[in-house]
This record gives sequence, structure tokens and C-alpha cells, in this order.
Amino acid sequence: MPAPDAISTPSPEPPRRSPQPGLSRYRRPYLLAAAVLIVLAATNVALEPNFLTFGVAASNLSAFLPLTLAAIGQTYVVLASDIDLSNGAIVSLVNVTAVTIIDGMHGSIGLGLAAGLGVGLAAGAVNGMFVAYLRYQAIVTTFATGVAFSGLALWVLPQAGGQVPASFYTSYAGSYLFVPTVAWILIAASAFAALIARLRFYHSLRAVGGNMQAAFQTGVAVARVRLAAYVISGFFAALSGLALVGETASGDPLIGGGFTLSSITAVVLGGTALSGGVGSVLGSVLGAFILGLISNVIFFAQAPFAWQGLIQGAIILLALSGGVVIARRSGD
Amino acid sequence: MLARAKVLLARPLVVASIAILALLAVGEVLSPGFASPRQIVTQLVIAALLGVVAAGQNLVILGGREGIDLSVGSIVSLSAFLAGNLMQQNDANMPLAVVAVLACSFLIGLASGIGVTMLRIPPLVMTLGMLGVVNGALVLLTRGVPSGRAAPLLSQIVSRPVLFDLPGIVFIWIAIGGALALLLRRTTFGINIYAIGANEAAAALAGVPVPRTRALTFALSGLFSGVTGILLLGYTGNVFVGAGDQYMLPSIIAVVIGGTSLAGGNGGYTGTMAGAVFLVELQSILTTLNIPAFGRQIVFGVTLLALMLFYGRQRRLKS
Repeated sequence: MPAPDAISTPSPEPPRRSPQPGLSRYRRPYLLAAAVLIVLAATNVALEPNFLTFGVAASNLSAFLPLTLAAIGQTYVVLASDIDLSNGAIVSLVNVTAVTIIDGMHGSIGLGLAAGLGVGLAAGAVNGMFVAYLRYQAIVTTFATGVAFSGLALWVLPQAGGQVPASFYTSYAGSYLFVPTVAWILIAASAFAALIARLRFYHSLRAVGGNMQAAFQTGVAVARVRLAAYVISGFFAALSGLALVGETASGDPLIGGGFTLSSITAVVLGGTALSGGVGSVLGSVLGAFILGLISNVIFFAQAPFAWQGLIQGAIILLALSGGVVIARRSGD
Repeated sequence: MLARAKVLLARPLVVASIAILALLAVGEVLSPGFASPRQIVTQLVIAALLGVVAAGQNLVILGGREGIDLSVGSIVSLSAFLAGNLMQQNDANMPLAVVAVLACSFLIGLASGIGVTMLRIPPLVMTLGMLGVVNGALVLLTRGVPSGRAAPLLSQIVSRPVLFDLPGIVFIWIAIGGALALLLRRTTFGINIYAIGANEAAAALAGVPVPRTRALTFALSGLFSGVTGILLLGYTGNVFVGAGDQYMLPSIIAVVIGGTSLAGGNGGYTGTMAGAVFLVELQSILTTLNIPAFGRQIVFGVTLLALMLFYGRQRRLKS
């Protein structure tokens, strides 16, 4: 349908959730994001020739990793046509919990990591219980739980601070078998996501996101699937909060504040539809990298500092809207 | 009797009103003077600021198709900044400043509306992108340093008591409430908003100009954010960077507490006004109680969840 036509005739909206979009959109919603990422990376190389050296690549990856992990988690919730606005608050809560325990227990790193993961899983479960079982609206619920989680983070650690043993952050910033630790974390997270994608749960998740009523009628345990999506989101938010411990070597109760909207942006940039059912974790990883590289490119292009925010906002708006429009063109 | 009470309790406006009165009572018990007229007036002023933002949010949400406007907070900040710099404490500059700011905020909202209708970008995505652009523009204009001050006339209009010790801003809010009630119930445009929100396909077949109506709700949301920016400037006198951020998500919550369905097509502005008062009162009660910041946030979140138990839940899936 030509674009002007869509405006002049009020065409009835095609049923969004029981469609026959082209296979390209179903199978490879991340292709566009990959193309954008390649263009950005090429620009980055042109502006900063040592972009591809081991050290710079590792430090970029290390800077992008926390948001990438949070975006992976957000993807599962969005695939079920829900949303997680508490995502950034969980990142903060896990971050301060882990640091406080590691600091207070004289370097008991294992306990701190375990507690952080436990907190993330529990927070996700709380969201999931409200949305899936009590049938609360996802936006309102996760906003409210997010405020409460932020409060808990401030209770655990009122001000940024705390310390973790040097062994923690040196091994986070270091390498293992010639591969940076941060790359191992990303590989492990991707392997985990690939594993989930092979489970029947993942098909159920996309069915729930595509058409909840139909999924229910064909015997999918809708509530359990939505709960699981929130728990997975909490798990990845926890990984993100722990990665931030390695990155900053301290705790900050406000550190995840910007992650909520950024993770949603990354998910959409990666080609996942907010209406649910269509998308991929790979796309979200690419989306998070795109966000990181946009900042890089603007910085190395030496844009005047005052203009950087506006340029960044405009590029992201273009990428977001362009992605949606092109995905639909190739899909319908 | 019980059945009647049940019917009443199913109405969000009733629930919100009861919740407001309950909060006042609890506040008065815990901290005598909380429900004093002076305190209530202060709360109404703060609620008016949130309530005017929520007016635009309400229209967008009523229009359906997952309508939501995340850019409202950034437009409030931008408008307050622009208004302050165009006025520069001079009454003579005020009319021009008000017109320029309202036009600017209307156009920003319209741009979102065009993206949502012509390019069919989901509202959350479109307004999330717009939020980044407006915040970026604000950094460019302010260079990170707040500037601009309200014209004395504006401060007087907003803050000086007019009637019953109530300052002007409260009457402006009530006037907006009345205007919106008329708009939604008595004008074709208002009825069209409900029509496209309830069933877009049916509305289109009935001849409702769907894209124009929806785009206009976004433009009006921008406009109301602009109004709030000006009122905020008048209330605080000068502007701090990011002053509007605090309105983004609470404006959505006020609409939901007021009983407008996030699915669109159902609800109204009277409930939203009650929702705004409730949110402000809840925050104020937690501040008065001298609870540390973390406790305030936890209680705030938990109270919202408890209130949501009464309504706004999804239907049970049926086979």
C-alpha cells in the first residue's frame, strides 16, 4: 500500500496479531539491525582506526555489556507482549546487594554473586506473579514495582560506594584463554539464549505474544509462560547489575536508572515488535551495540559537545522509526 | 445494599475518591494538620501540574492502538526553559512567549502524531525516540546550565489566591477539566477519539477520520505539556534542568488510576483528575511522615499495586 493512501483512506487496521507477515520478518527480524551495526562499525573504524585492536574492542565490549544483558532480558518479556519498566531498578538493586555483601563479608565473592542472582530472580518473579497470575497491566505494575525496587536499592546502599576485592574487577577486565572475560560472559549469555530458543517454552512464549487467547485455547499454560519470561528478564537484569560491579568496582543505587528505556530502545532497534510474538534475542544484542556505537561515533566525530545529545536522539529516532517502517514493508 | 456497593466499587472514580479521602484521614491521624486547608491547597497546586500533563496523556491513551506518550516530561522541561528565556522577568514579553511555547509544544506533539499515523510507528517507540530528541535539544539550548525566569505576571496568575484561598493554577486546571469534559462528550472530535479507541476498524468504516483524529490527540498532548511547562515556570519562578522528567510515568499512572483503560476507548478526564490528586497526596503523606527516601518509594510502589487490585486488571482468559 502506498504511503499517502494510508492517510487519506481510513483503512481498517489489519489484524496485527494473527497475520501472515513475510517469512523474512519472522525468521530474521535482526537483519536490518545487523546492517545498521555494520555501517556504524565501519564509520567507527574510519574515525578511530584502532577500533578493531584487541584492547579497544575489549573495552568497548565491556562498556556495552551491562545494557546488552539487560536488553536480552527485556526481549523475553516483550516477546510475550508484556513490558518490564522495572528492569533498570532491578539492575541497581542487584548491583548494590552484591557489593554490600561482598564488601561486608570481607570479600565473599561467591556469596555476593549468588545473592545478586537470587534478588534478580525474585524481583522478576514478583513482576510475573502480578502480571501473569493477578492479571495486572504490565506497564503499571512494573512501574510500581520498579519504584519499590529502587527504594530497596536505596535501603541496601543509600549512597554510591562500597568496594569489591581487586581480584574481582581485574578478572572482569582481564582475559581467559586469550579471550576477554566480558566476551566469555556474552558468549555464555548467548549460549543460554540459544538453549532457551530450543525449548518448547520459547515456542509457547511467541505464541502467547502473538495471540494470547489462541495460545490459551490451544492449551499453552499462558500464565506460567509469562511468569517465566519475567523471571528470565530478572535473571539477565541481575547479570547486568553484576557486570556493573565488575565495571565500576563499587555499588550505586541509581546506576540502572537509564537502563529501562535504553533496554526497550535496544529491543525495538533489534527488530522485536512491542506487540509481541516477533523478534529475537540476537536482535536485541545488536540493538544494544548500535546504541553504544552511536555514542562512540558521535564522540569520535568530534561533534560539538552541546550538539551530541540532539544528534544522538535524532539518529536513534531515525533508526527506531526506520526499522519499524522497513520491517513492515518487507513483512506485509 | 451489598450488591449496590459492589457496583459502586467497580467505578474507578468512586474508588479513587474513597482512596483520596482515606489518605486525608490517615494523614490527619498520623500527622495532625495534614488535612488542613492550607495543606490541601498546596497539594492541589502540585496535583494541577501533574493533572494538566495527564490531560494530554489521557487523550492519547483514549485513542487506543496502544496509545501512550513518553515524551510529555521532556516537553514540559523544554517549554519551561523556553518560556523562561523568552519572558526574562518581563511582563511585556509574556504573551509572545506563551504563544511561541504553545505552538512549539503543539508541533512536537504533532510530529509524534504524524509518525504514529502516517508511518504507523508504535506510539511507545515514537514518543521514546521523541523524548531523546527533545532532551538532546534541551541540552543544546541550555548547555547544561539552567536559565530563564518567569514574568512577574505569570507568577501572580499561577500562585496568587483568587477565591477561597485557591490560587489561579487550580482554577486553570478546573477550567481545563471542564473544557475536556465538553470536548470529549459534546464535540465530534471527542466522540471520534472514543470511537477509534474502542474499535478502529468500525470507526473507519463509519467515516471517522482515524489518522487525523489520532495525530491530533498527540498534538494536544504536546500542547498540554507545554501548558504545564509554563505553569511550572510560574510556580517555581525559575527553571531547573530536567524539571519535567518527574511527570513522564506518573502522568500515565494518574490516567490509569482514574479509570481510563490502557486499551483505549474507555474512561474520561474526571477520573484522571482524581488520580492526579491521589498520587500527589500519597507522595505528600509519605514526605510528611518523615520516612526516609527508600521507605517512601517502597510504600508508594506497594500502595499503587494494592490500589490496582480493585480495577485495571486484564480479563481472565476463557476457553
